[in-house]
Amino acid sequence: MSHSITLTVNGKPREVEIDDTRVTLLDLLRERLHLTGTKKGCDRGQCGACTVHLDGRRINSCLTLALSCDGADVLTIEGVAHGDALHPVQAAFIAHDGFQCGFCTPGQIMSAIGLIQEGQTGDDPERVREAMSGNLCRCGAYAGILEAVLDAQDRLREANQRRSA
Amino acid sequence: MNNFEYVRPRSVTEAIAAASAPGASYLAAGTNLIDLMKGGITHPDRLVDVTHLPGLDRIEHRSDGSLRVGALVRNADLAHDPDFARAYPSVAEALLSGASAQLRNAATVGGNLLQRTRCAYFYDVAGACNKRQPGSGCDARDGENRLHAILGWSEACIATHSSDFCVPLVTLDAVVEIEGRRGRRDIALEDLHRLPGDTPEHDNVLEPGDLIVALRLPPAARSFAAHARYLKVRERTSYAFAIVSAAAALRIEQGRIADARLALGGVAAKPWRARAAEQVLIGATPAVGIYLQAATAALTDAKPSGDNAFKIELARRTIARALTLAAAGTPARVPALPASPFSVLPGVLQHA
Repeated sequence: MSHSITLTVNGKPREVEIDDTRVTLLDLLRERLHLTGTKKGCDRGQCGACTVHLDGRRINSCLTLALSCDGADVLTIEGVAHGDALHPVQAAFIAHDGFQCGFCTPGQIMSAIGLIQEGQTGDDPERVREAMSGNLCRCGAYAGILEAVLDAQDRLREANQRRSA
Repeated sequence: MNNFEYVRPRSVTEAIAAASAPGASYLAAGTNLIDLMKGGITHPDRLVDVTHLPGLDRIEHRSDGSLRVGALVRNADLAHDPDFARAYPSVAEALLSGASAQLRNAATVGGNLLQRTRCAYFYDVAGACNKRQPGSGCDARDGENRLHAILGWSEACIATHSSDFCVPLVTLDAVVEIEGRRGRRDIALEDLHRLPGDTPEHDNVLEPGDLIVALRLPPAARSFAAHARYLKVRERTSYAFAIVSAAAALRIEQGRIADARLALGGVAAKPWRARAAEQVLIGATPAVGIYLQAATAALTDAKPSGDNAFKIELARRTIARALTLAAAGTPARVPALPASPFSVLPGVLQHA
């Protein structure tokens, strides 16, 4: 039996016909909506490469059933930049060498944006490392990733202060 | 993953009816269930998606001092609720010591209680496992079993329950609210999970169709807030299950322990409340000597199920350190490394 669901992906409303109940949100994004920025690493919730935001929260899309996302708001790596202007977290990953091969990077960036929005870590590197532990980097770019998250958090805070001043 | 029918009920009554059928399973966030289905470990014919049910996502601090948490409240939301973290700090610390930020954002209160064991032989469909395939045997008994149970295990199964959340919850006398085919009932969390015996395939006492709708903590649970800690020893500092963990909660009055609660995680098929140890502590002056006596009482019945005798000594030391940390006082904020023995706080004795 086929089910129809509606969801918002990167600000655009989408209606999707799901003919196989087993489809995960990750497979829906990659194979049905052709948003291949979100990566399939372990496909078992261990590596974080599939991290997207579901209703404003970072989650593992590989462990989320697509049918369960009816009515949800999804943000993927394709939706964070403004045209040619990179999201500050994207720019910080480049500035601080926060990757080597790049496969885990979309998940790392979506996780970092989520971390900054959650506002639990402050500038404590230990708390940032702990809050990023759901994203593995086989190239071992962790030092650059940590610097990128801290720097992007600073820049976003300054930008917010300027806006509210 | 097998094919399955997907059902999205509009009410708890509809959900119970749909999930009472043989082969049906409830789906919440799916952080454990979808993983198990991908591995072919479980293969339900029907998933009953409860995530769209209204009214199950509230945290209610009640006027009598008790707490009621809806089964669909997400782990992260509960841990970061300021009133919750202040009143039940060991539970918040346990929640934040589990899984990753992404998983905590998704995983639900009800789902956490019902997560399955992480025994590698349960996950290996090529091997024998009485929990996965009743009567097939237990490859863990003669396998890689250094992380397995030291309390309450049987020849049929030596797996452990790996929830962090449940460990401090049993110290605080948590109660689980269940809606089922015959209406609503309460079960003490301590009585929800079963020891394996000859039927390890039954993790808990729930019946077909039973839906956990809420978790409650009694008014007395908040009386431990000043001295409540969770300590979790694991093989890496973050994003790992416990080898051994301990939740300790004390009420200290005029320099003496007026009340004490203690439970262990990672040692048995259920969160393990150590009541004999609590009796040792009550009335005593807080000191390392009495903590070690309490640990001995907690572990009287412990025995290795394989290559894991070290876990008994590890549990003894974990208990002593958890009690030391609890007596020193709950920190104002959950440490950067929640529940970690590597978390250094000023003024806290690090070696029991």
